Amino acid sequence: MLLSPTYLRTFGVVADRMATLGWILLIVSSVVVLVVSVLVLVGVLRRGTGSFAPVERGGPGLRWIVIGGIVVPVVILVAVFVLTVTTQAAIASPATPPGLTVRVIGHQWWWEVRYLDPSPDRIATTANEIHIPVGRPVRFEVVAGDVIHSFWIPELAGKTDLIPGQRNVMWLEADHPGVFRGQCAEYCGMQHSKMAMSVVADPPAAFDAWLARQRLPAASPSDPDMVAGEAVFTSSACALCHTIRGTPARGRVGPDLTHLASRRTIAAGTLPNTRGYLAGWIANPQALKPGNVMPAVPLKPTELQVLITYLQSLN
Amino acid sequence: MATAVAHRLPVGRAGKGATGWWGMLLLIVTEASLFAYLLFSYFYLGSMARGAWPPSGPPELRLALPNTVILLLSSAAMWWAESGVRQGRQGRLRLGLLLTLVLGIVFLAIQVVEYSHKQFTPATDAYGSLFFTITGFHGAHVAVGLLMIAVVAVRAWLGHFSERRHLAVTNVSWYWHFVDVVWLAVFTSLYLSPRFL
Amino acid sequence: MATIAPAVPSPSLHERLQRIWETPPGLFGILGTVDHKTIGKRYLVTAFTFMLAGGLEAALMRAQLAGPNERLLTPEAYNQLFSMHGITMIFLYASPILSGFSNYIWPLMLGSRDMAFPRLNALSYWLFLFSGLFIYSSFLVGQAPDRGWFAYAPLTEGPFSPGLHMDFYALGLLFLTVSTTVGAINFIVTLFKLRAPGMSINRLPIFIWGTLTTSFAVLFAMPSLTAACVMLYFDRRFGMHFFDVAAGGHPLLWQHLFWIFGHPWVYIVVLPAMGIMSDMIPTFCRRPLAGYTFVALATVSTGILGFGVWVHHMFATGLPDLSTDFFSAASMVITIPSAVAVFAWLATIWHGRPVLRTPFLFAAGFIVLFVIGGVSGVATAAVPFDRQLTDTYFVVAHLHYVLVGINLFPVIAGFYYWLPKMTGRMLSERLGRWNFWTMFLGFNLGFFPMHIAGLLGMPRRIYTYPAGLGWGTVNLVTTIGSYVFAVGVLLFLVNVLWSLLRGPAAGPNPWDAPTLEWATSSPPPPYNFEVLPSVGSRHPLWEGRLPDEGTARSVLDRGPELDDGRETLGVTPLDAEPSEILTMPEDSLYPFLLALSLLVTFYGLLTSVWAMAVAGAVLVIAMTIGWLWPGDVPEEA
Repeated sequence: MLLSPTYLRTFGVVADRMATLGWILLIVSSVVVLVVSVLVLVGVLRRGTGSFAPVERGGPGLRWIVIGGIVVPVVILVAVFVLTVTTQAAIASPATPPGLTVRVIGHQWWWEVRYLDPSPDRIATTANEIHIPVGRPVRFEVVAGDVIHSFWIPELAGKTDLIPGQRNVMWLEADHPGVFRGQCAEYCGMQHSKMAMSVVADPPAAFDAWLARQRLPAASPSDPDMVAGEAVFTSSACALCHTIRGTPARGRVGPDLTHLASRRTIAAGTLPNTRGYLAGWIANPQALKPGNVMPAVPLKPTELQVLITYLQSLN
Repeated sequence: MATAVAHRLPVGRAGKGATGWWGMLLLIVTEASLFAYLLFSYFYLGSMARGAWPPSGPPELRLALPNTVILLLSSAAMWWAESGVRQGRQGRLRLGLLLTLVLGIVFLAIQVVEYSHKQFTPATDAYGSLFFTITGFHGAHVAVGLLMIAVVAVRAWLGHFSERRHLAVTNVSWYWHFVDVVWLAVFTSLYLSPRFL
Repeated sequence: MATIAPAVPSPSLHERLQRIWETPPGLFGILGTVDHKTIGKRYLVTAFTFMLAGGLEAALMRAQLAGPNERLLTPEAYNQLFSMHGITMIFLYASPILSGFSNYIWPLMLGSRDMAFPRLNALSYWLFLFSGLFIYSSFLVGQAPDRGWFAYAPLTEGPFSPGLHMDFYALGLLFLTVSTTVGAINFIVTLFKLRAPGMSINRLPIFIWGTLTTSFAVLFAMPSLTAACVMLYFDRRFGMHFFDVAAGGHPLLWQHLFWIFGHPWVYIVVLPAMGIMSDMIPTFCRRPLAGYTFVALATVSTGILGFGVWVHHMFATGLPDLSTDFFSAASMVITIPSAVAVFAWLATIWHGRPVLRTPFLFAAGFIVLFVIGGVSGVATAAVPFDRQLTDTYFVVAHLHYVLVGINLFPVIAGFYYWLPKMTGRMLSERLGRWNFWTMFLGFNLGFFPMHIAGLLGMPRRIYTYPAGLGWGTVNLVTTIGSYVFAVGVLLFLVNVLWSLLRGPAAGPNPWDAPTLEWATSSPPPPYNFEVLPSVGSRHPLWEGRLPDEGTARSVLDRGPELDDGRETLGVTPLDAEPSEILTMPEDSLYPFLLALSLLVTFYGLLTSVWAMAVAGAVLVIAMTIGWLWPGDVPEEA
């Protein structure tokens, strides 16, 4: 049972500051609503009748307007604005410059993830699952591959839009290990609902090991089923759209599958990455996520079996 | 001020202050906003441009500058016609309207010639889209203005207007002056600003 | 020049005016009438019908979202439904319903016989109807707009949005902007020129201030939507590049243009409704509005400030902090005039003697909903927290508290208040109470949990969500509550039906209200007032009953009869001194035919049948010339 990805219970400095501001706003808001509701209720019940009394001039009510309508709101709003600006300044940049930059590219409807590195052959590419080291700030460059998307990990940071023609930058830091759910937050078409991902915060050593593995090409298969599976992959339509580094498959349309088996989910957080779901997905992707660009590739049952065995070995 | 006492009031009104005049004024306000948003779009995309703006250099003035003068002259002719009818001078009204009409048509004709010389189309790039949409919208307004002037000219020949009753002439003249002022804004933005900015 | 001598009502005057102003029965009368009361009622019925359609769309969506992984709707269906729900409620219901009230009430409240341009008034109704039908005809071909009412490029551009979906959107809205603009011009000129003598601007009912502010906002805001929709259509149909980054365009251009229009539009659909409340609350509190001047100024300043807050819809787009801070501050400042209005209403209630009838119940409920919608708006103005809130269900909750709380509740209150004026029959008080409590409790049960869904991280515009995220329960409650709310709306319809069949006679002024619309019979005669009233205070019908009022007195039973054809009185814009006699137009088919011609044009543009578009445009020109061509030219002015 997953917990809600709420931004009121947070696990990183950026989201913490946002949540503090949020709690203050929610409490002040509740008090204002409560006070006004009581004023309405009491005002109505105090002298309310069922019949029409003669008209009268009544009090001018200026004190109500000046105090309730001007003075109190101005005080509250100035305080809120100061908090807004100070919070914004506090999270504008991390205390220490981030040592790691992750580029996130939004596609209809999945996330391409690249760990940037000055030397191109050390760039690790993955999809829909971002690992970060606990306690270290990470810089994100978010760009759009097609339409506008929005990058959002509620428990770690607020939203940053991915906009064609523009490279938006944000940062976040997790202070606890854990798996944090993210979901596209800008309507991006038919399967906007199924464009999720996760951010996995690992202890630094585990993260470094993970990243080192992700940089490597896929290991050559040893088992004969896996060898057959690789052959199915590289000789069928799969290779037109997907890359598996270390094999001839160099397609760029879909996610890089070099280390597919290391990921928790498939189809952008839609399904668990298990043998059964993987088989169901490959057999009929349109049934599980209608409208996505992956076609059903006609494979014989034996081909499908060895293909899955091979894919499950990619970690 | 109660109307419980007797008053002498005019029936309807001739020009400024009439309901129809207010209607025209408000139409002009909202149309001016439309052009303001179109020009905002031009400058916004210009400010976001990665390369040169405009991509093919500032548009030529060879035709546009004389054309601007022609449109301004037409405004003067319109003013001449309208002030004529206010003095009840039918001949001046008719001649002025005719002159405005001719100058307006010449403006549009030159605009078409300028379009035909362009090396780009509305589908070439965003600049092309902006250039043709903005000048095209203005051209459409000129065409509508010409239509209005033509109708008013026919009515002038039929003797519909007098020094007391000429709201249609006043309204059309306000619209026409507005179209000219918009052209000055379009001309300054599209033709002149790239030379300075 | 003509002399107008004061007259008193008489049976023969009534007969003469009736003959002059009555719309003939039959097809010509139906299609040709220019009576503002008929047009107003048509606006109300049409907009309410669209609201029911939008509600039906919402009901389907709520069924789909009642639990995780529901499969009632396909993603395509859901995306069309949520887009059409927004388009319908915002464009085809919220604004036109207020135009309906304004159309019906304005001339009566202002003491005139019609709007400034009765034929334009008919035109703006037909344009509204036809543009609404144009947009809804997309369902017939299964291609309703599916990119949201906000239609962010480039998702709306040709490559990402094949089919006619977004062409219906772009063209339909363009079509509708004509109607809204024409209507706004009509209201402004009506206010400037067609008021009762003596109704200076410090005596205008707040409802008038609301619609006036709104109408000015329309003139400045609407063209931004026009420009955006033209660009969208050009991009889609002619391969232009306004929003295409690869060729020098930019998607944020759409967002700027859309929200420069869109945020003022929020105020456009609430200010007249707040005005309805500001005029109704005093009637039911048996006293004048506290802080009239403050409320009038608050109305106007909200309309103006509304143009300076659009970027708060774009806090996550990567704009520099300095610019988001500016718009954050502006968005907070705009709260102040709203707070002023709230406390003016509270003061009026506390210093008055509230009469707990149905319209007042809706007014009291409205104040609470207004404040909830207001404070959640402040939360979204605080940039860092908005980066979390934006595009979640918290915003869905917020905007429904604003649009239902500040538009629909006042609208229903307005129906309870003014329907007796329109039909001459009262609504059921008992059913009214049930109506109020079902709507109020259903609404809060349905929409308050949306705040929580948002805080739990649920994004907007998703057709399904997985189990295990803790969103199931809140969504189920929302679905149940929204259905209770829908039952409340149906109770209202039942009450209207009951009233039409059995409602007791209302009489001219069933609420002992102070404004001029209550000075004439219910329903009013086609000419509104037999003799035109003149006004000496803010409360013409309460004069003589309030202490320390001025010496000026309104005169309602004696005034100009103006019975030489359709005529009403023109006044000077600020002080409302009589300045001329206005000759009002006869009924005419031109407005209907012009709107129909424009419909032909728009279908031509939709289908790329250019001959049809051109033919429609030629017809439009011909109709316009025919319309404006004077029937007879008077010798003397």
